[in-house]
Amino acid sequence: MNMNPLLTITDVRRSFGDVVALDSVSLEIHENEFFALLGPSGCGKTTLLRVLAGFEHPDSGTVMIDDRDLLAIPPNHRPINLMFQSYALFPHMSVEKNVAYGLEREGCPKDEIRDRVAQVLSTVGLSDKARRRPAQLSGGQRQRVALARAIVKRPRLLLLDEPLSALDRKVRAEMQLELKRLQHEVGITFVVVTHDQEEAMSMADRIAVMSNGRVEQIASPVELYARPSTAFVADFVGSSNAFHGRRVPEGVDVPGIGHLPGLVVGEQTSEAAVLIVRPEDVRLVSESESRLTGLVLDTQFYGGRSTVAVEVAGHLSPVIFTCQGTASVVRGAHVHLAWAPDKGVLLSAP
Amino acid sequence: MPSSQLTSASGSGGNKRRTRTSRAIFLGPGLLYISLFMAIPLGFILSYAFLEKAPYGGVRLSFSLDSFTRALEPVYVSVLGNTLLIASITTVLALIIGYPVAYAIAKLPPKWRTVAVILVVLPFWSNFLIRTYAWILLLNSEGILNRGLLSIGVIDQPLALLYTREAVILGLLYAYLPLMILPLYASMERLDWSLLEAARNLGAGRARAFIDVTLPLTLPAAMIGAIFVFVPSVGNFIVPELLGGGKTVMVGNLVRDQFLKARDWPFGSVLALMMVGFLVLLFAVQGYVSRRINVGDSRA
Repeated sequence: MNMNPLLTITDVRRSFGDVVALDSVSLEIHENEFFALLGPSGCGKTTLLRVLAGFEHPDSGTVMIDDRDLLAIPPNHRPINLMFQSYALFPHMSVEKNVAYGLEREGCPKDEIRDRVAQVLSTVGLSDKARRRPAQLSGGQRQRVALARAIVKRPRLLLLDEPLSALDRKVRAEMQLELKRLQHEVGITFVVVTHDQEEAMSMADRIAVMSNGRVEQIASPVELYARPSTAFVADFVGSSNAFHGRRVPEGVDVPGIGHLPGLVVGEQTSEAAVLIVRPEDVRLVSESESRLTGLVLDTQFYGGRSTVAVEVAGHLSPVIFTCQGTASVVRGAHVHLAWAPDKGVLLSAP
Repeated sequence: MPSSQLTSASGSGGNKRRTRTSRAIFLGPGLLYISLFMAIPLGFILSYAFLEKAPYGGVRLSFSLDSFTRALEPVYVSVLGNTLLIASITTVLALIIGYPVAYAIAKLPPKWRTVAVILVVLPFWSNFLIRTYAWILLLNSEGILNRGLLSIGVIDQPLALLYTREAVILGLLYAYLPLMILPLYASMERLDWSLLEAARNLGAGRARAFIDVTLPLTLPAAMIGAIFVFVPSVGNFIVPELLGGGKTVMVGNLVRDQFLKARDWPFGSVLALMMVGFLVLLFAVQGYVSRRINVGDSRA
């Protein structure tokens, strides 16, 4: 992958009255990358997207694209296209007119427009729907028209605002693969905004997790999951067990439970610490190796794997662990739990 | 309605009967009202148009096309032309003034939109006749406008504002402008503004985005507003009488005079029918245009 930064966002701030939507956001997006902005609603990801598209202007900060000042370019001249969450297809134009619109504004020759529209419609598999109006299409088809309309201009950067949120589960899984395939095929840098961590994890090369207008962590999906740098990221990405306590060498001292093993990741600023352990890293062990003991509250079977909730004295929420296939323990059983020290991630308490 | 035929054909007999009953309940009162007070009088007018005039407002039961040929006499054709011209100018002015107003209201914060709409319809809360009289006070040679202009020395002779065609247009415009603003506002309020952002994102400048998106999507509402202004302007006889001073005769005055003064009901009927025909034509055009713009919406 080409590692040249295509887009460099530096110290961008934007507030609406008292609400700080973007709080000194800095990040780089590389050429040909599939980048995701992930966060709960109100975290500022959509504001950042609108800043990039030119519908919102930051209070301070700079955004450079190909060494040009992006913020100085009006929205209609930016080499950036946006796929709207609502798709925003023109209801009074046919599918092909919708797709051709951007090329017409560029002043492309008629022949070229016809060819490129036909080509992109076949890429998204809608050649036979070219003369339909958006209202005559299904949700998935509309989404593909919106995508075709955005990529036909061959932008340097394609922004996708919650691209799959309006689709039902099955179509969604298909479209995830489709988007990924398309990104390789057309070679455009994708930036997708989403609140769905599974969506971000499955599609993106790198993810920026945002919360309250700040970027919490930028990392690959695997790293984000295995090495979250803040408690927020650990909680938001995947499920996890969190133990609050006092930092001690090689772990955390949890009141009422004792010492639990874990390795420090990132900077450790305070005495108060939180230990994060993923459910699949927790193992059932014999009494001699035990770190935690408790009673099985409940088991849930999900086909390929099962989830077990264990009530541990001194810990408020149940400790969750997963195992392959069906659970080997039953409700009410007394169990011993442990994990490898390098699977415990020790972070500053929020 | 092919779609409703399809659904009722595929439904069970009981369902079909229930649909019919509820349809009758919902449509019944309205249909009854319209047929009693609209269709029957219209039928009278239609038949009177082909009858012969009798003295004292009566009719003779013999078929005649005299009233139709009379309507084609130059004097009446010129009244009709004059009426259409006045109504057209009024409609165009209402569109030019009303469109930006509706746009501005739709762009207000939601709280202020309601206030603005109430202000637009506020004149309807007082009597139309009184409001038209108020214009006489404003426009006559001793009126506020003339006195104001005289006192600041812009003019040294009072302007002849009242009893002109312009005064009639002004009065009609004043009376019917809200009917232009309201449908336009309704369509702009429903307009998905992200469509404009989409147009901008795809390379359109502000003006271009407006022409390609806002204009076509508000065109059906503009045509409804135009009909709402044009139709009553054609038929209005109070404004030309009060503000036109009888010098500007419109079809509305003619129809009223034929029925109430000349007592020539067949001729009045012909003139009234011409107006109805015109109205039907306008609605057909409006329906065609908005169908072209909204293809598929109803099927979604």
